[in-house]
Amino acid sequence: MSRKDSMGCRVTALALLLAGGVALSGCERPPVEALQGGYRGLGMDEVINPRLDAIKAAKNEVPPPIPPAPTEGAPVTSVYKNIQVLNDLNVAQFSRVMVAITQWVAPPDQSCNYCHTSDLSSDARYTKVVARRMLQMVRHINTDWKTHVAETGVTCYTCHRGNAVPQNVWFTDPGHSAESGLIAGNAGKNKPAPAANGSSLPYDPFTRYLLEDKNIRVISNDALPDGNRSSIKQTDSTYSLMLSFSQSLGVNCTYCHNTRSFAVWDASTPKRTTAWYGIRLARDLNNHYMVPLTEHFPSERLGVLGDVAKINCATCHQGVFKPLYGESMAKDYPELGGVAQAAAAPASGSSPPAESPPPTAGLVEGQH
Amino acid sequence: MAEYQNIFTRVQIRGPAHLGTKLPRGAWGRQGKGGFIHLLGRFGDAQIGPIYLGTTGLLSLICGFIAFEIIGLNMFASVHWNPIQFVRLLPWLALEPPSPANGLHLPRLQDGGWWLMAGFFLTSSVLLWWLRMYRRARALGMGTHVAWAFLAAIWLMLVLGIIRPVLMGSFGEAVPFGIFPHLDWTAAFSIRYGNLFYNPFHCLSIAFLYGSTLLFAMHGGTILAVSRLGGDRELEQIVDRGTAAERAALFWRWTMGFNATMESIHRWAWWFAVLCPLVGGIGILLTGTVVDNWYLWAVKHHVAPMYPHVFPPVLDPATLQGTPR
Repeated sequence: MSRKDSMGCRVTALALLLAGGVALSGCERPPVEALQGGYRGLGMDEVINPRLDAIKAAKNEVPPPIPPAPTEGAPVTSVYKNIQVLNDLNVAQFSRVMVAITQWVAPPDQSCNYCHTSDLSSDARYTKVVARRMLQMVRHINTDWKTHVAETGVTCYTCHRGNAVPQNVWFTDPGHSAESGLIAGNAGKNKPAPAANGSSLPYDPFTRYLLEDKNIRVISNDALPDGNRSSIKQTDSTYSLMLSFSQSLGVNCTYCHNTRSFAVWDASTPKRTTAWYGIRLARDLNNHYMVPLTEHFPSERLGVLGDVAKINCATCHQGVFKPLYGESMAKDYPELGGVAQAAAAPASGSSPPAESPPPTAGLVEGQH
Repeated sequence: MAEYQNIFTRVQIRGPAHLGTKLPRGAWGRQGKGGFIHLLGRFGDAQIGPIYLGTTGLLSLICGFIAFEIIGLNMFASVHWNPIQFVRLLPWLALEPPSPANGLHLPRLQDGGWWLMAGFFLTSSVLLWWLRMYRRARALGMGTHVAWAFLAAIWLMLVLGIIRPVLMGSFGEAVPFGIFPHLDWTAAFSIRYGNLFYNPFHCLSIAFLYGSTLLFAMHGGTILAVSRLGGDRELEQIVDRGTAAERAALFWRWTMGFNATMESIHRWAWWFAVLCPLVGGIGILLTGTVVDNWYLWAVKHHVAPMYPHVFPPVLDPATLQGTPR
């Protein structure tokens, strides 16, 4: 072989190596383990990367609980003024919740002042008005949505994790087709969609399904045409929503579905039921807790359309199949879950009423 | 020392450019005198040109250019004419068909009108190119096998882009023009219609696709392996079977008990390649028009196997509550 030829070989080998490197650069670095979910041979595996899980686990450590408060004591309403929520607690319990909220939500440099003025009873700060409604929301979730949260429950920390605004919230994305004139619209898709794993699928699946209640189900229940007119574009939106679930929970499609048939329930895993209630939970919270608060927020807290920050799966789950890996903080804070809020009526009548918990809690409980 | 091989050859035999056979009366002339590019000679024939364009070729290129421009400029506009964003986001960009609500009405330009127009010009371009292929083959006194094979691919494209959408009563059923978006469309199409893997025509199409690659590898491998014995002169070996054909045939009889002939292998290959989009198109055409959920269709006809349940029974919560979804 001549020198020229061997040079050529080296250049080719180098080029192949580079091309291989580029081709693999989008891949996740091993180790990758697969955990079998469904019946053997169905590929219903959870793909687990211990290296990445260790990073996630560190981010999802539960802060040590504050020592419990005595259950006996003067009712909080006898000491403080303007107590509209948590008014079934005693002073010690109430103070304990205030301390916890300060740790979980308020910026450290502002502490109590983030919500309160020197007159603790004053509602002058919008944050206090919001916090009051959020406390009602937490109790509502822990009491009325056991179909989704079971006995694990939620606290402020589930979403906030020390941030004044939870890190994972969403606003309606109006897209960019409005200004176009004769230029073709983009049908709400065709740009990298963070909600859908960077795909070209619809970039705002949340408004349709977690605020409005558009039909998520597009697949027919009969083999032959039966009048189901669901379009491919509707399917795109459903697909995008499902990708957002997958990302929010750090799981594959097969966590809930047997992918041979996404639609058929008796081939799905019980987790799909939990997720079904989760969709209704997010919709309920957005319509009855977040949207009515819109007028209280300053404009810098609102989206481009002036809409309030809203909730999706990622708000609580933050990349983990169960928020905080399923460790219950709520059990240490009975103040946040004890009493159903009969008074937690929706402030706006335009939205569908919250569904009452159906008699299927037993089905779901096994998953928690 | 340089040696002559018949593929990736290091030696290029170069004579004067071959200008082609005599043209029939009335055809356009061939343009150019023909030239040689060494690099091309490493992969195929080093000779480029003379080129024949013709009426259909010219019209096809014009139509194709118009379609390309409509698609490209709409994509460019969607990133506010920012060239850097255009390059960065190109794989995500698309020209969308009309919304499903539009049905088969003529849409406004911004609501899919551009898409319809691009589709029209692209279809015209492809059909004109097909006509050109057919006529060029005829002009050379050849058979028209290549043109018919091309038509099989055009069939699939037209089923996806216009025939099925018209049968479904909505242009919105069609595929967007875009790199990732058309792939997402494919996945969404399968999801909507209950998993296309249970569509028997999809199965056949895959079999012919993989079969084509297998046949291509077997045939290419065989001919290369016997080319030192003259096997690359396949057409001569068809009419006058020589030692290359004998050895190739014996090789396959030894290894798998059966052999194609020097001629029949090309019919195998042609039919496998043609049937891939042909049956694929049938599968797409039946989807939504005749069958709405391929998985349930396969269950109904005992095609899809049932597996034991490993989870406690899972019921649709919507049915428990009597809610519609």
